[in-house]
Amino acid sequence: MADNNQNLWHEFKKGLWQDIPPFRLVLGTCPTLAVTNSVINGIAMGLATLFVLLCSNITVSAVRKIVPGQVRIAAYVVIIAMYVTVADMYLAAEYPPISKALGPYVPLIVVNCIILGRAEAFAQKNPIVPSIMDALGMGIGFTMSLTVMGIIRELFGFGSILDIKLLGSWFEPWIVMILPGGAFLVFGFLVALVNYISRKKAETVCH
Amino acid sequence: MKLILIFISASLINNFVLTYFLGICPFLGVSNKTENALNMGLATTFVMTLTAAATWPIYTYILVKFNVPFLEYVAFIIAIAALVQLVEMYIRKSSPAIYRAMGIYLPLITTNCAVLGLALFMVLRDYDYIESIIFGFGTGAGFTLAMLMMSGIREELEFADVPEAFQGVSITLIIAGMMALAFMGFAGLIRG
Repeated sequence: MADNNQNLWHEFKKGLWQDIPPFRLVLGTCPTLAVTNSVINGIAMGLATLFVLLCSNITVSAVRKIVPGQVRIAAYVVIIAMYVTVADMYLAAEYPPISKALGPYVPLIVVNCIILGRAEAFAQKNPIVPSIMDALGMGIGFTMSLTVMGIIRELFGFGSILDIKLLGSWFEPWIVMILPGGAFLVFGFLVALVNYISRKKAETVCH
Repeated sequence: MKLILIFISASLINNFVLTYFLGICPFLGVSNKTENALNMGLATTFVMTLTAAATWPIYTYILVKFNVPFLEYVAFIIAIAALVQLVEMYIRKSSPAIYRAMGIYLPLITTNCAVLGLALFMVLRDYDYIESIIFGFGTGAGFTLAMLMMSGIREELEFADVPEAFQGVSITLIIAGMMALAFMGFAGLIRG
């Protein structure tokens, strides 16, 4: 039993650093770049993706023995599209400003490779409980990544975090940070940073 | 005139890859050689034009008419997947040469977010049928252009001395950032 719990913990933990989606697996890059010009958009996008990932992992795992192999991708895509519709309508009803700011990027969760990737690589081979842990780990890792991107870009682009002014009037906002170019640059440097840290870690383990 | 503006806007000013971040996966994954980039770009342009031509009637004559626009996402993704499958079957039968060049890229296009993004933007902007097709073609042309430029830069990059941590995805993203900044220069082409 203890062994079992440890496995579940491992499924959860791997999404947080070892396989953190945008930086290590380079999946789900579109939303990572597109909606992170402010922290709140990043968090909202992360949570919406977490919800869809969790529901689709549970469903795919539950039907994994019924769906024939040849049509599985089509079946998964329909499952995912259904949950994305739910998430989109919920956001539009409860948080109209956020829904408006995210725009077409909420429906684009359908083609977010993380979700189809996890369904294909994990949920279709594993029972429901590990699939839930996998989805939670990946979803939280993804949300964290978007939040970090959002913090960097909002801080330098507007001098604020969550609309609270942190830097005084002396601060000249770096417009580039909220432009598309800034998104690519920040993401590129973060990927390099993650590479650097994990290489350092690997070196200390070896010596 | 409006059609020309739509084409220029879709291909240069609002380039899908560099301003909307759509289609980043193939942009990073298939842009290591110019030949591959060109084939992928052409295959995507072809599918995008067809997608615009197919999803517009689906939206206007089925979803809106029967008052079920909330099925938009499900309907679009199924339409795109079916379309890609049909195109693949047709090309395999009719022209094996093109199939050899484009074949392996076709299945990848189904999960290319630029194609679904195209259908969604088309609905958001209320384009009519001809405008939608031009928009699809222009978006594809812009995608091909971005792919070609990136692959050209990356071929040169093989001779450059990149710091270890920046190798691979990281340097590609930083180059993309600079390309995005350069593309902002096109913003002055159309006023308003």
